Amino acid sequence: MKKIIGYSSAWTVMPGDTLNVMVSTYGPGRYRANLVRVICGNDDPDLDIYREEEITAPFAGEYPGREQFTVAGSYVTISSSPLVTGLGSFTVQAWVFPTTPEKGAQGLIANWDGATASGFALTIDDSGAATMRLGDGSGGTVEVTTGKPLAKRRWHLVSAAYDAGTAALTVSQDFIGPQFEASTSASATGAVNFTPAMGSAQPLIMAAIPATHPAGRPGASHFFNGKLDRPRLVASALSLADSAALGWDALPHERNTSVVAAWDFSREIGGVTVTDAGPNGLHGRVVNLPSRAVKGFNWSGTEQNWRHAPEEYGAIHFHDDDLYDAEWDTDFTYEIPEDLRSGVYAVRLQADDDEWYVTFFVRPPRGTATAKLAFLASTATYMAYANIQWTWQEHFGEVAETYWTTMEPGEVFLQEHAEYGLSTYDTHSDGSGVRYASRLRPVSQVGPKTAPVWNLNADTHILGWLEDRGIEYDVITDEDLHNEGVTLLEQYSAVVTGAHPEYYTTPMWDGLRTYLARGGRMAYLGGNGFIWRCAMSDAMPGVVELRRAEDGIRYRDEEPGEYYMEFNGEYGGLWRRLGTSPQALCGVGTVAVGFDVSGYYVRNEASFDARAEFIFEGISDDEVIGDFGIFSGGASGTEIDAADPMLGTPPHTLILATSEGHSANTYLVPDETGLHHAAMDGAQNPNVRADMTFFETPGGGAVFSVGSIAWPGSLPHNSYDNNVSRVSENVLRRFVDGTPFAMPDG
Amino acid sequence: MYEIDPTRTDLIEEFDQNPGGPHSPELALVVNRLRLMPMEERIIIVCTKRGIEWTLAKMPKARGAKLEYYDDLVFDDYYAATKKVFRIRWQAVTGVAPV
Repeated sequence: MKKIIGYSSAWTVMPGDTLNVMVSTYGPGRYRANLVRVICGNDDPDLDIYREEEITAPFAGEYPGREQFTVAGSYVTISSSPLVTGLGSFTVQAWVFPTTPEKGAQGLIANWDGATASGFALTIDDSGAATMRLGDGSGGTVEVTTGKPLAKRRWHLVSAAYDAGTAALTVSQDFIGPQFEASTSASATGAVNFTPAMGSAQPLIMAAIPATHPAGRPGASHFFNGKLDRPRLVASALSLADSAALGWDALPHERNTSVVAAWDFSREIGGVTVTDAGPNGLHGRVVNLPSRAVKGFNWSGTEQNWRHAPEEYGAIHFHDDDLYDAEWDTDFTYEIPEDLRSGVYAVRLQADDDEWYVTFFVRPPRGTATAKLAFLASTATYMAYANIQWTWQEHFGEVAETYWTTMEPGEVFLQEHAEYGLSTYDTHSDGSGVRYASRLRPVSQVGPKTAPVWNLNADTHILGWLEDRGIEYDVITDEDLHNEGVTLLEQYSAVVTGAHPEYYTTPMWDGLRTYLARGGRMAYLGGNGFIWRCAMSDAMPGVVELRRAEDGIRYRDEEPGEYYMEFNGEYGGLWRRLGTSPQALCGVGTVAVGFDVSGYYVRNEASFDARAEFIFEGISDDEVIGDFGIFSGGASGTEIDAADPMLGTPPHTLILATSEGHSANTYLVPDETGLHHAAMDGAQNPNVRADMTFFETPGGGAVFSVGSIAWPGSLPHNSYDNNVSRVSENVLRRFVDGTPFAMPDG
Repeated sequence: MYEIDPTRTDLIEEFDQNPGGPHSPELALVVNRLRLMPMEERIIIVCTKRGIEWTLAKMPKARGAKLEYYDDLVFDDYYAATKKVFRIRWQAVTGVAPV
């Protein structure tokens, strides 16, 4: 269905930066590229609110189309070394925890060159058993298999030893699962009727087998699902007993001088480097973001934090659907002009009757601002959701969303192209949760004309409204906030969020909190905000890490014992669970979720306080606010937040209005209830509500929150002339005014 | 597990009157039951032109699998598509074709 797709090297750029644009076509021999400024991206024909503005750009024009290729699957690669290719007798081993031993052949450790039948390949074979392959260099091969499938999700020490003196090849698997389960230990020995050709030109690969990438560069195939720990290579053929001793030995090279390499995955966690702790320094790197900081074969359960016991977190979990960087060739570049105004932009790609938008954000030069208001684009959240497929791959997806599975064109594309990877809402093919989501790949939902309307496209309801109201704004992003903190925000009198700023790193949280304390203003025009602590990495930019620990709407369970993030060692999960709730930051926090009906706001007594007078100018005393909107007919809905003094809502907060009209399909979130009962829904439970709140800060700042993802979807109603628009405009006009706010006690 | 009474054609009529919900408690049980069919047996809606045209397809069985469309079923109204899905699933679950 799709004929053209693409992505860019960055999501956030400033004048002077160069953006690389990568494009692939499925069929068309030519395509056209233009630059557009995105004003409102919702192209629902019934609404007639879509707006884009074509901008002159030097790259605009026609280009030859070609298909670019992506291969998902994580592995470790180590450059070819004579220490490996010159081996005679040798032993190779690793602790192996297979999660899909039944899926077919999977590489464990191999430098196998299929073209010449040289090198070796320690694998799991089609039957699920450990197998070792050697070749004669001219097409002849020998394989020895244990003949017994490895147990799923159980540790085994898998070893293979070739004895050049006896021409014997032995392969073994030692089961160390629970003592009351049947052992899958097995070993076998076979004769090798040739002198093995060890001189493979391929790199040494772990968790896959060397292969040429479709783009012609070195790559891999036969990806392994599961964990590897302590892979080792020894220049002698060890007996089964000696091999087992080696596997348990934490410092094998200290006692066995024939050790060639002893890789220690507990070192350099959070980076791309894989360290050889042995004397030869055969270091490597991980490709496509396998999961590190995971429990090793020797995890005792006495420690939950990998930093406290790294020796028990010496494994890497590989998946055949991991993807970090698609690594496409660049089609053209765009140097951001000095006079390009800040905003949301996209390269519009068109081929035949199809199109695709490569969206990016242009911020002002560092240390400057061109408006008093900044729109803070939730790029961490956009990344966390990138290429989400949960809705049509989860058995309970339809009842959770209260809909019949309806796949939009972008979702059909994702379904039919599994190579573009998953989101942090999805599960890997082996059932484990996805922890990393990258923007360095085609992402089908971050851009205009995408559906379901969510994340960026839902946020463009705010941009379209700002343009209609003539409110000047700059665009900055989560990645900017993560990197620059309060220094970025202090360029502005006020910040307006998107509809759904869900994921926050610690530097983002600290930067925003400091900004507000120092007199900044924030209009939180969304819901389900500031919920999850995530992490970003300097070593691997363009990706968020998430560990969905303990609580919250998790979509998939986090692996126990692995709640501490790889990128920075921080405990993952809900900010609320960390003792720092969103209520303490913005007055409200998530209480309920429901998608079939949205409610509306009714003013509370606090809305008539003189402190709030500016917010309700032009709103009558008994006026219902937001009983209309794109998201299920109301301004309070989808995911909603409420105030809670116990969770940190400041005591001087005015709870201006509270929502009503929520349905029996809108439920309390797990973090709001200690047990499930018969009155958890919006038709019965008074806690299912959104609170509109306002409070000042001692530094002269202020925070206004609506606590609803649906709110921005009501802005375009009646050509932006409605009371949601009026309240929002009243707030922003006052927030960009430099006059300090005063605390209510004077 | 809730069992749908195939003689309750009044619930089909109720769905037709308000396919987007919210539904009465009895119809909500029916709708939820139909939405919990085995994944591999579900018929789903696919948007072919944004906000303009929809068709039906079988729920894909595996990631990467191409969709199998019902090309003869084209709708210019989303709720018409939901009514068709409701009827197909009703028949699949109850064994009785809705009138």
